[in-house]
Amino acid sequence: MNIHEYQGKELYRKYGISCPDGIAAFSVEEAEAAASKLIGQTGSEVVVVKAQIHAGGRGKAGGVKVVKGASAARDAAQAMLGTTLVTHQTGPEGKKVERLYVEQGLGIQSELYLALVVDRDTRRIAIMASTEGGVDIEEVAEHSPEKIFRVFLDPAVGLQSYQVRQLGFGLKLNKAQLKSFGVLVSKLAELFEKEDCSLAEINPLIITEDDQVMALDAKLNFDDNAIFRHPAWNELRDPSEEAETETEAKAAGLSYIQLDGNIGCLVNGAGLAMATMDIIKHFGGEPANFLDVGGGASQEAVTKAFKIILKSDTVRGIFVNIFGGIMKCDIIANGVVAASKELGLTVPLVVRLAGTNVEEGRAILEHSGLAIHPASTMAEGAAYICRLVGEGK
Amino acid sequence: MAIMVDKDTRLLIQGITGSTGSFHAKGCKDYGTRLVAGVTPGREGQKFEGSVPIFNTVEKAVAETGCNATCIFVPPPFAADAILEAIDAGIELIIAITEGIPVMDMVKVRRVLGAQQKSRLVGPNCPGVITPGACKIGIMPGHIHKPGDIGVVSRSGTLTYEAVGQLTALGIGQSTCVGIGGDPVNGTDFIDVLKLFNEDPETRGVIMIGEIGGNAEESAADYIKEHFTKPVAGFIAGRTAPPGKRMGHAGAIISGGKGTADAKMAALEAAGVKMAPTPSDMGTTMQSLLA
Repeated sequence: MNIHEYQGKELYRKYGISCPDGIAAFSVEEAEAAASKLIGQTGSEVVVVKAQIHAGGRGKAGGVKVVKGASAARDAAQAMLGTTLVTHQTGPEGKKVERLYVEQGLGIQSELYLALVVDRDTRRIAIMASTEGGVDIEEVAEHSPEKIFRVFLDPAVGLQSYQVRQLGFGLKLNKAQLKSFGVLVSKLAELFEKEDCSLAEINPLIITEDDQVMALDAKLNFDDNAIFRHPAWNELRDPSEEAETETEAKAAGLSYIQLDGNIGCLVNGAGLAMATMDIIKHFGGEPANFLDVGGGASQEAVTKAFKIILKSDTVRGIFVNIFGGIMKCDIIANGVVAASKELGLTVPLVVRLAGTNVEEGRAILEHSGLAIHPASTMAEGAAYICRLVGEGK
Repeated sequence: MAIMVDKDTRLLIQGITGSTGSFHAKGCKDYGTRLVAGVTPGREGQKFEGSVPIFNTVEKAVAETGCNATCIFVPPPFAADAILEAIDAGIELIIAITEGIPVMDMVKVRRVLGAQQKSRLVGPNCPGVITPGACKIGIMPGHIHKPGDIGVVSRSGTLTYEAVGQLTALGIGQSTCVGIGGDPVNGTDFIDVLKLFNEDPETRGVIMIGEIGGNAEESAADYIKEHFTKPVAGFIAGRTAPPGKRMGHAGAIISGGKGTADAKMAALEAAGVKMAPTPSDMGTTMQSLLA
């Protein structure tokens, strides 16, 4: 899961990671008050009003404004709140700005890049640093990879001083900067591990005019699998950032992702669910969703899953593709029938069942009285639903 | 003798008294696997199904029964500990079925695994390993398999069943099927399994099933190109997956333009792997290579 910059910075402060003073604001009035307070504290009129959305590239899209004085901060907040920001990470539909972060403005000497990720190749936490702060790091990686410095943490001993030096000298830091950088990186590594992060990115990491290294941004992603040891994460969630149906599905133990097409899919297993999307596309159709009901789903969960598909107004046909292992075909069939009887089935439905209890499953569908088109293989089923939806080859 | 498991494999199940553990313990036993022990802390002295002794610790289970493989059904918060306990007890093959283990736990487990030679971990978040007709360890439906000479290695559970079902329907049997799991940090990767298949005289060809995310398929392609001597049919799931979205598996995500299906397919094709045009053609693609 993702959290907002202001929430990330609260965590940073808890771990002693240096960042500018700032206050979250949910209204124009709160933004103005936050600016006044910061100006009073710092003695500087310069504040920055930042849109809080779960996407990068805010600066270029007008989501970060440097202003002088509290009333200018108010104007900036007025202009920003409620608007939709479109950045290279939001997709064309953009994200609505509902929260702001007002931060003290600082004199900046230079901008760096710092990130921690779990590296799949080495199976270790990787720390990446670059002199090219404030820009898209993927472009740096592609065009000037020599400007990115990496170290990998041995989980037995954690971050070592020599690794901090490798990064710091790579970044050409002076002695004072190196010291400040070392403290920040060590604390960030500690946070990363203790808070079960999958990504911690600071872009830009700044060097202030007095040689202090500070986090000007804070992007944190958590590993969803670790939520059992972080009950506090539930309070950090911003439901407006998550698609409603996806949240509803997650609560029912389903893995669901909305897509642009019109053929609804109900599948067991993530790999088979992806492969089902692929084969629909192969036959000229467009999947409306990715939906994995998982291995051990109950009949209630299957019913819920099928209802989610039935309720979607973009779905023009449905393909159920099941290879029963732990999942039993009769449970799927009962769920499909129950949901269809409750909500009504107005679009074509193709069902392919294979594996455990396949005969029982087929019998349930046959005797349901519903207009269900059976298929014996996934290719046959996919081709069939694409034809029925009128987009088949 | 296929790979990893055979009729002599002596199986322990960690988490044998839980609902998932006991259900699949029975499934493995019914298939003919030599289930010799179970572990559930606090339940020592009890018997599973009236005959399989349950122990408090893996160490004791090994000492008393000589088990040399374990299958882990322990819930995510305790799963890493269960894997480490099995490594400490020197069990040769550790198969972790559990889905949802935090990646930070697996980073630590990998560190311990890397510091020893005796234990191999398969998974987590995988269906397990089966040598049809001889030994089933995991949650796969045994009845769809058929003994034979095609190896299957896959990151996805149900897609493995799909491939196996297609092979069996064509009358082609399997030597061993290995699910390596869908997590970003796992114990055994494609190359480890391919090496075993390469050396196994009873394996004639391999179906390899990958998915988006990471670059395990690209690394496997390099290995196949340099060293692999048998025909390989391949499939990569997730061609149509949108970037930045986690497709069910924690490891199945395209991020920063990396880990796309197209790049993986291109790498495998360049290594001489014949890619199935659709997931329905995995069996026939393998068949075409055997002719």
